[in-house]
Amino acid sequence: MTSDSPAFPRFRAVADHAVLVELGDRIDASIHDRVRHLDTALQVRPFTGFAEAVPAYASVLVEFDPLVTDHAAATRALRELVGPSAPPSPPAPPPEAAPVRDVLVCYEESLAPDLERVATRCGLTREAVVAAHLSGQYRVAMYGFAPGYAYLAGVPESIRLPRKPAPVRDVPAGTVLIAGAQCLVTTLAMPTGWWAIGRSPTRILRADSDRPFLFDVGDGVRFGRIDRRAFDAAVAAADAADPTRVR
Amino acid sequence: MMGGGRATLEILQAGPHTSVQDAGRAGLARFGVPASGPMDRTAFAIAHAALGNAPGDPAIEVAAGGLTLECREGAVTVAVAGGGFHVSRDDGAGDAHRWRVTSLRAGMRLAIRPGVWGSWTYVTVAGRLAAPRWLGSAATHAPSGLGGGALSAGQRVQVEDAELRAERDGPIPCPAFARPRCAIRVVLGPQERFFSPATVNTFLSAPFALTDAYDRMGVRLRGPALRVRGPLDMPSEAIVRGSVQVSGDGAATILLADHPTTGGYPRIATVIGDDLDGLAQLRSHDIITFHPVTPEEAIEAARAGHRARERYRAGLSRA
Repeated sequence: MTSDSPAFPRFRAVADHAVLVELGDRIDASIHDRVRHLDTALQVRPFTGFAEAVPAYASVLVEFDPLVTDHAAATRALRELVGPSAPPSPPAPPPEAAPVRDVLVCYEESLAPDLERVATRCGLTREAVVAAHLSGQYRVAMYGFAPGYAYLAGVPESIRLPRKPAPVRDVPAGTVLIAGAQCLVTTLAMPTGWWAIGRSPTRILRADSDRPFLFDVGDGVRFGRIDRRAFDAAVAAADAADPTRVR
Repeated sequence: MMGGGRATLEILQAGPHTSVQDAGRAGLARFGVPASGPMDRTAFAIAHAALGNAPGDPAIEVAAGGLTLECREGAVTVAVAGGGFHVSRDDGAGDAHRWRVTSLRAGMRLAIRPGVWGSWTYVTVAGRLAAPRWLGSAATHAPSGLGGGALSAGQRVQVEDAELRAERDGPIPCPAFARPRCAIRVVLGPQERFFSPATVNTFLSAPFALTDAYDRMGVRLRGPALRVRGPLDMPSEAIVRGSVQVSGDGAATILLADHPTTGGYPRIATVIGDDLDGLAQLRSHDIITFHPVTPEEAIEAARAGHRARERYRAGLSRA
């Protein structure tokens, strides 16, 4: 490595069974393009011992079988797939090509425990936070954390906050969360350090389906505001449609 | 159906966290779905090998609260392995303090009670344990309950193609590699850049205690605060079983079988695969220390551990 070699990609050993390929250190469309490029390349040309790839915003975790290969061999194969330091630039799909999924959200106080604190920290009114959230152009960047947790990129600058210092336990399913440029709708009661600004009745994870996830990576997402009465009605309808629901 | 018998096992008592587990649903982390599967994969494999089963079939994972079940119809040989649990049949047969293979006929009860060590033990059956599957696996993802599912008192579990393999009845030896481990080997990183050298040194030299916040998702540790430097602004990245994650308050958590698949808190180190089962058999308040190894040493440990388990398995089938 020469001193002018690029900071990325970096190849980090993880325990005895994985290499983390870091392609950047921030949420950025061109970095995410490189993530998708490597992920696709691994599916087309997996190396001997390859087990699984987990794409994220700026990195790909590559799992391998330690009985078959090791970090050094995996890293050599990954270096070839990542290619030269110039980022491959597959043309980003035009936004209109991907489907846009509608997700309902109720911002009523009892369903939005952190809305007031977000407003205070951002120097906005609650209504201005809601308006900003609704105005975002969201895209499914990755799944992560828990089954059906789709990370949506596109939270407007005016309501971007760092995550809380420590997770809060048992945040209910359906909670609409934001942190930084990311937004997601929870599918299970789970701990989270993100800010809860509303609740959605839209089911993203369904227990009894062959296609258990609502989104594909790359889909657009549009939030639609509903009041409490419409929220309760939508929850009842979703319960009736999916009696084996995950809640 | 006439040839392959059916046995019904009724759960009379089950502690919290009792569930059905198979080898797990690998390959779905990209959809937010962890592999799940047994907390102690070594003990799970031993309990299957003791019956001559194919590895990876569904089994009952029993947690620290123990389990009592009764064979209500049919007859089936079962094996129990994992942790220092006490295993007994209500007719008093066998040594209560040992992992064992035992044959149950209608009306017989099997009781599994916590012993001096261990958090998890496995009940495998000579036959097929009927259990709901989700995304191709009966492993229970505890936070959602998806998969085979949690088990509690009153439930009945069916065993299809149930067999008696009474010639296998008797104790199962507990090998050294299935004992609990307090000295935990880690490969540092991949996000150690969020920690000063002094903090990394504290992590590698101080004792840490397992807290009561211990379930299938992970175990929170108590010890000196591991201060994260800089703002918590990293984009979410993949987590693995064994990731040692440090939250903004400086507390470390080791992620386990039902771990979140990604997270935005930095990971100071990752526990090597060979030490995860022994770690899972510790209990709240037990003390652990972390010991750094190189990636090459971690690979060698994985291969040596595999060889030891294969030798043990070969010994079981000769016995």
